[in-house]
Amino acid sequence: MGPDWRRPPQPSQFAFRAAVLGGVGLLAFAIIFLRLWYLQVLSGDEYVAKAQNNQVREFTVQAPRGEVVDRHGEVLVDNRTALELQVKTTDLPQSKVRRQRLFERVGDVAHLRPAQIRNKIRAEEKECAACPVVLRRDVPYDTVYYLRENQSRFPGITVERVYVRHYPQGSLAAHLLGYAGEVDSTQLDDPQYEALQPGDQVGKDGVEAAYDSLLRGTNGESKVQVDAAGQPTGGQLSSREPRTGNDLVLTIDDAVQRAGEQGIASIGLPGGFVAMNIHNGQLYGLGSSPSYDPSLFAKPRISPATYKALNSKANGAPLFDRATNGFYPTGSTFKPITALAALDSGKLGLNEIINDTGDFDLGDGQVLHNAGDAVNGPIDLRQALKVSSDIFFYTLGARTNVDSGDGGPIQQWSRALGLGEPTGLDVAGEGTGRVPTPQQRNSAFKANTSPDSACGEEVCLEKGEVTDRAWSLGDNVNLAVGQGDLQADPLQMAVVYAAIANGGDVVRPHVGMRVTDPQGRTIQEIDPAVRDHVDIDPAAQRTILDGLHGAAMEPGGTSYPVFGGYPVDIAGKTGTAETAQGDQSWYMAVAPYDNPKYVVAVTVERGGFGADTAAPVARLILDQLLQVDESKVEQVSSDGPVE
Amino acid sequence: MEAYRRPRPQAFDRRSRASLFERAGFNSLDPVLLFAGIALIAFSIYTLGVATSNDVPGNPYYYVVRQSIYAVVGIALMFAVARIDYSRFRELRVGIYTAMIASILLVFMFAEATRGSHRWIELPFFTFQPSELGKVLLVVTLAAFAIDRSRRGDSDVRRTVRLLALGMFPAALVFMQPDLGTALVYGVITLSVLFIAGVPWTHFAALIGGAVALIATVLVIAPAVGVPILAPYQQDRLTAFLHPSDDPADSSYQINQALIAVGSGGKTGRGDDATQTNNGFLPERHTDFIFAVVGERFGFVGAAFLLFLYALVIWRALRTMTLSKNLYGSMIAGSIAAMLLFQIFVNIGMNVGIMPITGIPLPLMSSGGSSVIVTFLALGLLQSIYVQAQLTSRRGTTPF
Repeated sequence: MGPDWRRPPQPSQFAFRAAVLGGVGLLAFAIIFLRLWYLQVLSGDEYVAKAQNNQVREFTVQAPRGEVVDRHGEVLVDNRTALELQVKTTDLPQSKVRRQRLFERVGDVAHLRPAQIRNKIRAEEKECAACPVVLRRDVPYDTVYYLRENQSRFPGITVERVYVRHYPQGSLAAHLLGYAGEVDSTQLDDPQYEALQPGDQVGKDGVEAAYDSLLRGTNGESKVQVDAAGQPTGGQLSSREPRTGNDLVLTIDDAVQRAGEQGIASIGLPGGFVAMNIHNGQLYGLGSSPSYDPSLFAKPRISPATYKALNSKANGAPLFDRATNGFYPTGSTFKPITALAALDSGKLGLNEIINDTGDFDLGDGQVLHNAGDAVNGPIDLRQALKVSSDIFFYTLGARTNVDSGDGGPIQQWSRALGLGEPTGLDVAGEGTGRVPTPQQRNSAFKANTSPDSACGEEVCLEKGEVTDRAWSLGDNVNLAVGQGDLQADPLQMAVVYAAIANGGDVVRPHVGMRVTDPQGRTIQEIDPAVRDHVDIDPAAQRTILDGLHGAAMEPGGTSYPVFGGYPVDIAGKTGTAETAQGDQSWYMAVAPYDNPKYVVAVTVERGGFGADTAAPVARLILDQLLQVDESKVEQVSSDGPVE
Repeated sequence: MEAYRRPRPQAFDRRSRASLFERAGFNSLDPVLLFAGIALIAFSIYTLGVATSNDVPGNPYYYVVRQSIYAVVGIALMFAVARIDYSRFRELRVGIYTAMIASILLVFMFAEATRGSHRWIELPFFTFQPSELGKVLLVVTLAAFAIDRSRRGDSDVRRTVRLLALGMFPAALVFMQPDLGTALVYGVITLSVLFIAGVPWTHFAALIGGAVALIATVLVIAPAVGVPILAPYQQDRLTAFLHPSDDPADSSYQINQALIAVGSGGKTGRGDDATQTNNGFLPERHTDFIFAVVGERFGFVGAAFLLFLYALVIWRALRTMTLSKNLYGSMIAGSIAAMLLFQIFVNIGMNVGIMPITGIPLPLMSSGGSSVIVTFLALGLLQSIYVQAQLTSRRGTTPF
């Protein structure tokens, strides 16, 4: 078959091989030509689009959240700008070795160990896989310039200018204001937050959370042309300016708030306070002491040690909001409710005299006494409130006791005035409290004595339970003076006293007053309707307020030593509740007496007699509400506090 | 063969009437091949001018100036080679072959490591790549050995094996540099010499079978049993074109960017809006991916024109092969045609996403002294064969 190698090849054979070579060449050119035709002529537009995508990067421009101000425009929360060192995990090198070297370089610049950087990224990725990870906040400018100049050596590492929440008033109203933080993955799945992108700020607690959709701005966006290294080439394709969030005007008065917080703090015991308008539920002050620095939560991540300290009992559990979650027995501040219930149910006449002998026999061998073993003699309701006679109200408790179901008139009135359920405050997180009823105690008691229970027929107490016996007369007698199983917080008590003072409207307390756009135009007024109305007999109302007026303003009244010389007449009631921790000090005030407008509630843990700790704080708050100069308050001679 | 060198009285008569152009020997050059070569290098310089002005800071004409110098040197060498009777190289085959092997080996001893491979020798003004020059040297010597073998009257198989060994030895050396692309070009040269020399079809069938087995071994079997022959980046580059969209950040990034560049050029090109090139998305745009630059900037029209110029070169090379006065010239011309065709096809193929990335430059277009000068040397050889054929045909002899 092959040619004869000894001679030159046959021309025909040679020409054939040349033709084969030519054919191969033709085929090669045809393939390339057709491929080019396909790419450029048939799919050209598609690739033009890809080329344009190649060079466009979208940048999100963070919109600042709106400011929060008090009713007079005093700024409570605004923003400051901070430089944040961030890692965009999606832009990091794939190779482990290069990643490690990058972390070492970043660590040198940011004074972090590579392991710290890795751990931060790992922790953040669990929360939100695509979110940028913040390595450090408030990085110095020389670091920023160094990173910008050497960006190619730091892929995925950026310095972003971000808005951070700033609190010009320090810890003032920290519980109420709450905090904003980076949106987390569970929120991102929530349709309520569908407009949010990973890394956006969102209200997490308090007012920031309650009014988040109004405070939150709309992020801007800018599309710029970039080269292969991701550096902008200067071409701006489109941009949308960020829209700052709306401002929120609170009903809070910063002077009132400060008076309450400082007043309790000066005692050195934990406590809470409320100052509210009795007609519309606007809160002038709502606070808890001890407080904390809310900017701790503006940081990307709060350290576990700090968080522990904020919850530690030894520090007074600063995170715990005693105004909306501090549930205690209320002591004698409960007595007006008992009075209303007894009057309304006909168990007490308006001017009926009951002889306070100083003793009250429960009938089972137990004899109860007044605080300080006082003997008040024959007194009517007004007198009983003024001197806070326990015997008088024990008697009413006994008269109104119902041994089954949801109890008698006292329980009905308690619930009608708002105890035992959240008040409907516009900030979430309120507790419920408890109005004790026979049904509650009896069912718990029965369950506990069933043969199947852990102790069999014997009664055994679970931790924190008070189910060692069934409901008895003593429970209602205790409730009548605000002791026993009753649990109420200052906010609920403020709503109760507001209803008594305004003639029966159970208001919905709120801190939001008005929303304004960044130009200052009002876009929403916040004025929630009253929650409920209870018919209160005007004569009963007058008698009760008169009794409370006497308690505060007349010699012999329980808080006369505190308010006897006060320039504005008020109605006030002390309370001293026995708890396992010690006496819970309470004070409830309605002012001014002739034309009530404000209600103030103060409670202090382990504060002793109401007149000792809670009442002076209430006076400091009233000073601000009523524009009273504390130095002009007359000192009156004190007979010593009585309960 | 002795007859060619004999001076003939007629030549003196012609020279007395000749113009300066004719006396320089230009009149007997292949004008089409000359035009195509110069047009290609001009196209290259223009393309480099518009595509690389921002690549070297402060020196927008860096690549243009260098490519122009290489062009001048290359064209001068082309004319010089055209005036030499290529048949003399046959006598020097052993010396040339030895020098070629030595220069490639020299790289291993002296060359600096550049991007992991040892390919270059640093000279004062020039980085010399011996394996590039080796392409034409291999063509010239392997064809000579083929003639030699045929004269000695070896058996077909013995001859095929010897030629294969002579061709594959330098190919193996270059592969170890490692320079897979150039090694493949050596393989193509070897095959084409065998082909034109008239090796029986059965041998080719065996060779193709062997090649398939080799590729399978290198790409599939060896890695599977844990003996990688290719470096990981080579393996990636060779297979990435099969799945270009898998990971835009890795090996297929280059292929993707080249495809976007070529495709977005459309029918008439994007001109100064060629963002793939101007904004640096296209890698290696002055060397391996210069065709994508042409495709993006000048569109289908420009790319087709470039193809047309290459088609002219291949056509004239194949034509020269058939005109050659002897088998030696035919083998050289045919091998050069095959070598250029292979480089053009593989390089453009990788620019349009149908061939793997092998680092083979586009002849006369890619920036690079060794490649440009060596390609002009190859064109010079073609011209020499053409000139000799003209002279012989005037004397009335046929090549065969």
